[in-house]
Amino acid sequence: MSTLLSLRHLTKRFGGLVAVDDVSFDVAGGSIVGLIGPNGAGKTTVFNLITGNYRADAGDVIFENRSIRKLPTHQIVSLGIARTFQTIRLFLKLSVIENVLAGCHCRMRSGSLAAMFRTPAQRREEREALQIALAELDFVGLTPHAEQLAENLSYGNQRLLEVARALATRPRFIILDEPAGGMNDQETDNLIRTIQSVRDRGITVLLIEHDMSLVMKACEHLVVLENGAKIAEGPPRQIKSDPKVIEAYLGPEEDA
Amino acid sequence: MKTQRQVTYAVCAAVLLIAPAFLNSYWVDVLNNVGIYAILSLSLNIILGHAGLFHMGHAAFYALGAYTTAILNTTSGLPVIWLLPLSGLVAGLAALVVARPIIHLRGDYLLIVTIGFVEIVRIALINNIFGITGGANGIFGIDRPEILGMKIRTPLGFFYFIWGFAALTIFLFDRLEKSRFGRALNYLREDEVAAQGSGIDTAHYKLVAFVIGAVWAGMVGNIFAAKMTIIAPESFNFWESVVLFMIVLLGGRGSIPGVILGAFLVLGLPELFRQFATARMLVFGAVMVAMMIFRTEGILPPPPRKYPLSRPTAPGDRA
Repeated sequence: MSTLLSLRHLTKRFGGLVAVDDVSFDVAGGSIVGLIGPNGAGKTTVFNLITGNYRADAGDVIFENRSIRKLPTHQIVSLGIARTFQTIRLFLKLSVIENVLAGCHCRMRSGSLAAMFRTPAQRREEREALQIALAELDFVGLTPHAEQLAENLSYGNQRLLEVARALATRPRFIILDEPAGGMNDQETDNLIRTIQSVRDRGITVLLIEHDMSLVMKACEHLVVLENGAKIAEGPPRQIKSDPKVIEAYLGPEEDA
Repeated sequence: MKTQRQVTYAVCAAVLLIAPAFLNSYWVDVLNNVGIYAILSLSLNIILGHAGLFHMGHAAFYALGAYTTAILNTTSGLPVIWLLPLSGLVAGLAALVVARPIIHLRGDYLLIVTIGFVEIVRIALINNIFGITGGANGIFGIDRPEILGMKIRTPLGFFYFIWGFAALTIFLFDRLEKSRFGRALNYLREDEVAAQGSGIDTAHYKLVAFVIGAVWAGMVGNIFAAKMTIIAPESFNFWESVVLFMIVLLGGRGSIPGVILGAFLVLGLPELFRQFATARMLVFGAVMVAMMIFRTEGILPPPPRKYPLSRPTAPGDRA
């Protein structure tokens, strides 16, 4: 499998704190990769560096053989990288279907004048966008809620709506920041199936997750961060028994 | 649901259309002012209501349009009606230049800068900048607009001109709202980071919102200049910007019917209660305060947009 995304010596400092310290790893196209680590390890910062929300102090982000380090977020999205947020960031006062339509935005072209004069191309585009949005809603199973306000959805459904919005940008690569946060076991199982069918659509998945059962079940490859640096990388079984990873999660073994 | 809305619009339009038959020219002129403020507020609504940008300098764009018309008409004799699009263009260009460096400012910071902008424009006009604005006295002797060989000069003539333009504005802005553009403004108002993360170039949309709002304010400036035939810096002071801001908040941010109702209330009510003289502004202020406490979204908040969703035939088959 070819490499879709590659981080090279990525470093980000906040004042004196090195949040991400010389992190390099590759994500193979068509895989489901997990990024794990204790709280404060810099996982979300890595995501924000990939999506252009933060600028890296050093290193590079290569997506499909092209450096995206200096691009603004919206351009990165239109190149095919979509994301969800750890703290859910929906447009709460807008309807569910409009939240998904936000994702369609970057694949549409008509501007304000076309809207005022309602050109045939503009109307066609609106119809197509609505079809795509409905299809993505159906994919995550939220079709019955299409006309509700996003704020009235349950927590788990809000997470799914974020996934639908991200998928509506027609990405080749999707980044999920704690997708199972706040979900019960049954919702988590459904989520795993959803993530797998996202991958089956040819979309590569990178996710941060604390729920180890989800990580072990869903991911084919794991990258472990601690204090901003990568400490291990490999298949889940191997990571599970890696002494450095165990130490990072449980603390160093002390003499009694 | 669609028809009910259309009926409401049609009834309001019909009432307005025949209203002058029952009103003297003073009240027709009051309605003209309401119309001017309604269009101005609709243009501010794009910026403040839809994009959520706290812009309190809208009178500056209004002034630029009015002065463009006044200066070009009095010096070169260009017909006022031709200057309508040109005034919009000048105000729009000014918005492009002014808004670009300040567009990343948020909330109260943007508010302060835009207040500064409207004051700069007013003071520049008073100081007779470039020797063309006529200083504190302003410019007089502006022509009346002429459409299809008919010169508009009476309040009644202006009534149909202004409200015709208002109808066109409502028609176009309603379409604008229900489009990719309108949604993009709402997304960035709700959550800018999420909007960017969904692939929306938020800086671009904020700028375009400013430009569209300014173009319309500039065109209303043209209508105002032609209606008054004399303009002075006092017509475009900070208070005008505050009134427009108030109309949008009171009526309902992002709601076309709300903003129009707001214009009627803010301009119409003080006229109705004129006999209560000094107390009227007090009552008015109290109403504003009460509204901000009890109905924070405005009197007529916008209904959610409707989309033609193909519904499942049997309701409740998926809980």
